[in-house]
Amino acid sequence: MTAVTKVYRWEIVKLLAQKRTYLGLGAAMLVPLIFVIVLVIQSGGPNDVPLGRYIRETGLATPFVVLFFMSIWGFPLITALVAGDIVASESHNGTLKTILTRSRERGEIFMGKVLASLTYTLAVVVAMAVVGLIAATIAWGFHPLTSLSGTKVSAGHGFALLLASLAVYVLPLAGIAAFGLLLSTVTRNSAASVVGTLMWALLMQLLGVLPGTDSVRAYLLGTQFEAWHGFLRIPADWSPVIRALWVCALYIGLPLAAAYVVFLRRDVADE
Amino acid sequence: MTDAPPVATRGLVKRYGEIVAVNGVDLTVEPGDVFGYLGPNGAGKTTLLRMLLGLIRPTAGSAELFGRNPIVEGARALDGVAGFVEGPRFYPYLSGRKNLRLLADYDDGHSRSRIDEVLELVELRDRAKDRVGGYSHGMRQRLGIAASLLRQPRLLLLDEPTTGLDPAGMRDMRDLVRRLAREGITILLSSHLLYEVEELCNRVAIIRKGSIVYAGPLGDLLATATTGYRLRATEPERAHLLALAHSGIDQTVLVDSELRFKADDSAVAALTIALGQARIGITTLVHETASLEELFLGLTGGESSDHDREAVA
Repeated sequence: MTAVTKVYRWEIVKLLAQKRTYLGLGAAMLVPLIFVIVLVIQSGGPNDVPLGRYIRETGLATPFVVLFFMSIWGFPLITALVAGDIVASESHNGTLKTILTRSRERGEIFMGKVLASLTYTLAVVVAMAVVGLIAATIAWGFHPLTSLSGTKVSAGHGFALLLASLAVYVLPLAGIAAFGLLLSTVTRNSAASVVGTLMWALLMQLLGVLPGTDSVRAYLLGTQFEAWHGFLRIPADWSPVIRALWVCALYIGLPLAAAYVVFLRRDVADE
Repeated sequence: MTDAPPVATRGLVKRYGEIVAVNGVDLTVEPGDVFGYLGPNGAGKTTLLRMLLGLIRPTAGSAELFGRNPIVEGARALDGVAGFVEGPRFYPYLSGRKNLRLLADYDDGHSRSRIDEVLELVELRDRAKDRVGGYSHGMRQRLGIAASLLRQPRLLLLDEPTTGLDPAGMRDMRDLVRRLAREGITILLSSHLLYEVEELCNRVAIIRKGSIVYAGPLGDLLATATTGYRLRATEPERAHLLALAHSGIDQTVLVDSELRFKADDSAVAALTIALGQARIGITTLVHETASLEELFLGLTGGESSDHDREAVA
C-alpha cells in the first residue's frame, strides 16, 4: 500500500467517524425520497425543468430532475461541508501537527485529503441517484426514457446515460470541492471555509443568470452543471461535455495547486 | 551523519512581524542527555520545538536532528525522533487504539505490532477501546507518550509534559521520563517547572525573550552560585571563636545564635572535628547553595509569570 493510499484510507475512516459526513450523505439521500413521495401524493410536477414533464413515465427521470434542483445549492453545500472542513478542522484541533510529525510527507497527506474529499463528492451524487432511482422505479417502474430531443431511449440505454451524466455532473462539484480545500487550507477556519465555498458556488450560479454575462457564461463553473444535457440529446451533443472537461479541469487544478503550495509551506501552530 | 548530535541549532531565529520569538539560538543536545529547555511562559520554548519538528519555518538559521534538517528533508529528517508540542492532540471521535493505529500507519507501519506494548507501558490498555474525547488530560498526555514511543525514538521532544496533571500524574510522568532516559533515549524537555528540570535533567538551557542566557551542565550552573554553611551549636559563642581561629573558614558571622561562614568541604570537616574535641555539640549543619529558582530568576531578570511563581513556590 502506498503512502498516499494509507493516508487516504485513514481520511475515509475519519470521515466515517464524523457526524457531518452523514448529515450531507443523509440529505443527499433524503431529497430524492421526499421528491418521489410528494409526486406520488400530489398531482402536477416540475414541468419547467429538463425531463420534468416525463417524471412519472419512468423511474429513470427522477435522478436527472433531482440533479438539476440540487445543483443550485444542495450539492455545493454538501460538498463544502466536507471539503471546507477537512484541513481547517485538523488545524483547529491541533491534529495536523500530530500527523505532520510522523513519517509522511506533507504532499502525501495533502493528496490523501484531496482524494477523500473527491470520494465524498462522488459518493453523495451516487447516493442521491441510487435512492432516487430505486424510489422512483418503485413508484413508476423502469421504463424507456424520453430524451431532451423528444425521442425515447430504452431503459438500459437511459441507465447508461444516467451513469455518464453523473460522471460529468461530478466535475463541477469537484471544482467546488477544490475551492473548499483551498479555503480550508488558507483560512484554517472550518466555518469560514464552508460558508465561503458555498458563497463562491452561489456567485458562479448568479453570474450565469445576470444580463451581460453571455460571453463568459459558457466558462462559469455553474454552467457546467448543465453539461450532462448533451448526453440526453439524440444524437448526443458532445460540445458541452468536452467544454465541461477542460473548464472543470481548470476550476479543479488551479485551487488545488494553490492549496498544495500553501499546505507545503505553511507554519503549523496551534490556532 | 550518525555522529551528528541529536539536536543542533545554529543562529536560529523566528520572527512574527516585529516580535522576535526565537533570537539566534545555538543549541546542542548530546546523545544520552536529558536536556531541560527552561524559560518563563512566552520565552519561545514551544516555537523552538516547532522549528525542530519542521512544523514552522525559521526566519533565519538552521535546526538539525541527527544532522538532518526537517525543512530541507521533510519527514525523513524525523527518523528516530518523536514528541509533541503544546500537548499531544488526537482525534476525539476515534478510540485511543485507533488513534495509535492511524499514527502507526503514518509511520512505517511496523510500529503497529508495538501498540499493545506502548499502551501497557503508559497504563492505558484497559481504556484503549474508549474514544479519546472521553479521556482525561492526564490520559491524553500518556497517550501522547505512547504515540511517541511507537516510533522507537532515539530522541524525544517533550513540551511541558506534566502541565495540567495532578500530583500523582506528574510523578508518574517524571518516572516515565526517567525510565526512558535510562533506556538511552535522548530527551529534550521544555518546561517552566524548575524542580522538574532540577530533578530530571543533566543539562539545561535557560532562555529569556527568545535568547539563551545559559547553556551547559546543570551541576556547573548550580556550582556558579555562592555557597556557604549555616551551623547551630550547643555553645554558639565558643563555636564562633573556634571557627574564627580555624584556617579555611572565612566570612564567619554569628547571627541569632547561628554561625554562618564560607568554606570548602575539607575545612568544614576539620571544623566539626575541632568542635567535637572542644565538647561543643553540633545541632544543625546545613550546606547552602543557591537554588535553581534563584539562579533562574537572576538569569531571566526575575521574569517569571504568576504561573511560574506558583509552580516554584
